Amino acid sequence: MIIKDRAIKYGNNVDTDVIIPARYLNTTDEAELASHCFEDLDENFSQKVKERKIIIAGDNFGCGSSREHAPVAIKASGVLLVIAKTFARIFFRNAINIGLPVIPCPEAAESINDGDEIEVDLDRGIIKNITLGMEFAINPVPPFIQEIISSGGYINYTKKKLKV
Amino acid sequence: MGKTIAEKILSQHSGRDLVAGDIAVVDVDVVFAQDGTGPLAVSQLRKMNFSSVANPSKSIFFIDHAAPSPRKELSDSHKVLRSFASESGAILSDINGGVCHQVVAEHYACPGNIVIGADSHTCTAGALGAFATGMGSTDIAVGFALSKTWLMVPHTIKVNFEGIINKGVYAKDLIIYLIKKITADGATYRAIEFSGSLSNGLEMEERLTISNMAVEAGAKAGIFATDAKTADYLKKQQRGDCFREIFADNDAVYEQVINIDCRTIEPMISKPHTVDNAVSVGKIGEVKIDQVLIGTCTNGRLSDLRIAAGILKNKKIAKNLRLIIVPASADVYLDAIKEGLIEIFIKSGATITNPGCGPCVGVHQGALAEGEVCLSTQNRNFKGRMGNPGGFIYLSSPATAAWSAVKGYISDPREALK
Repeated sequence: MIIKDRAIKYGNNVDTDVIIPARYLNTTDEAELASHCFEDLDENFSQKVKERKIIIAGDNFGCGSSREHAPVAIKASGVLLVIAKTFARIFFRNAINIGLPVIPCPEAAESINDGDEIEVDLDRGIIKNITLGMEFAINPVPPFIQEIISSGGYINYTKKKLKV
Repeated sequence: MGKTIAEKILSQHSGRDLVAGDIAVVDVDVVFAQDGTGPLAVSQLRKMNFSSVANPSKSIFFIDHAAPSPRKELSDSHKVLRSFASESGAILSDINGGVCHQVVAEHYACPGNIVIGADSHTCTAGALGAFATGMGSTDIAVGFALSKTWLMVPHTIKVNFEGIINKGVYAKDLIIYLIKKITADGATYRAIEFSGSLSNGLEMEERLTISNMAVEAGAKAGIFATDAKTADYLKKQQRGDCFREIFADNDAVYEQVINIDCRTIEPMISKPHTVDNAVSVGKIGEVKIDQVLIGTCTNGRLSDLRIAAGILKNKKIAKNLRLIIVPASADVYLDAIKEGLIEIFIKSGATITNPGCGPCVGVHQGALAEGEVCLSTQNRNFKGRMGNPGGFIYLSSPATAAWSAVKGYISDPREALK
């Protein structure tokens, strides 16, 4: 799968409380969650995401609470992919489980600027910064995790295994 | 080659000889979710056509984050959990029970268990020698359904707390000091084993405070080996039969060993908006506070309330300041009443709320106004955490919080203990 779009860049330690504040956890409605995504971090996010659908961040993206509403809100807001230097552990699992592509790649996250045009080939494992003419290799994922991703998330994976 | 505690527990639960870096499917002993994350877990269970759970007596739904419900939407979420628990036979810990992590420590987790919970502070039960880790709703849904999960066996960082602890310095100060030292992602994907001469002397309630905050350094688990204090705690909880010895091999391989001389540690304060943004209390300057919170899964246990009551006895809180005290569980609340601590708090001007998460997560019982400052004994001070991105949250031990409530600004608890 190839994803091509422009970047919105954030810093280090973007936590789940700013991705989706607990005061909005009274719903599992994806559109409702998306409407509050990143609102404590960047009040212009909902405008920006109409034009730019790849998030670039620094270290420890998604740290804090275990709320799965965080990757759900990001995905439902239209974001296609998150590239960060590093991810917090629970967020990373949650994103894979619900089918939001997340790529740890410190070199790419460092060099990509806000607004750059990015193309990611998930099958071949390549990130291209078209604006700057740079290319980065993505570390391959372990086969077990690849199987969850290719099943379309952990629920589908489990259903397949249980044959339900 | 010897094994760390994490490698041992995960190996025992997978039937394979595992080392750090392996990915394995493991059996889990205790699975839980709370009212923030539970409804999504139930919805995922429904998608898999499950109306039952694999191990009902160790599957628990907690209603603690917004309990009793402050809004109709949350009441609906609570109803989802009550209905599913009733249908599946899972245990419901309703609004009268308290914070999930405290209740899990009191009544469910055993040494050597694997505990998974849909809440990041699930690592709290590591204090009992369990491998306890937080996950999201989907992972927990599969955990409820099958009593299994997948994990990558973490590398382990060994933290040795050595020496003595100074008067006025508590477990909370040790863990904030450690997080400042290694930073908010210093242990991401790692297990931490807490060891050293000082750790071995810590009481169970102090260990729970330290394990609770392991995730604030990114850790997957924060584990103490078991000892006589673990056995005593379980016996006191009428669960002595679940004690077993859990320890690392002498030749276990650690990714890193961090030695901390606790004699140099002073009362610590985390400043807004990250836990690792910490200084010793002497360097905080003059910070006037509007609200103080003593409680939560980090510091709402009986020993915490005793320390706070010792400082607040025969004193009044500062004018124009709100002190909110939240016992972590029903058992803690009852003990605090029996010991007369609640009377001391009320006479000092404090407000006592029912056991639960209180205002820590920002949905009820004390959201901050624009520009207000709160000093809290909770574990996390992210922007917006207490219901308002315009609020400022500082973190400390219960002693620092109690003394600061009397003074009206962040103050050194050693002044009160002279």
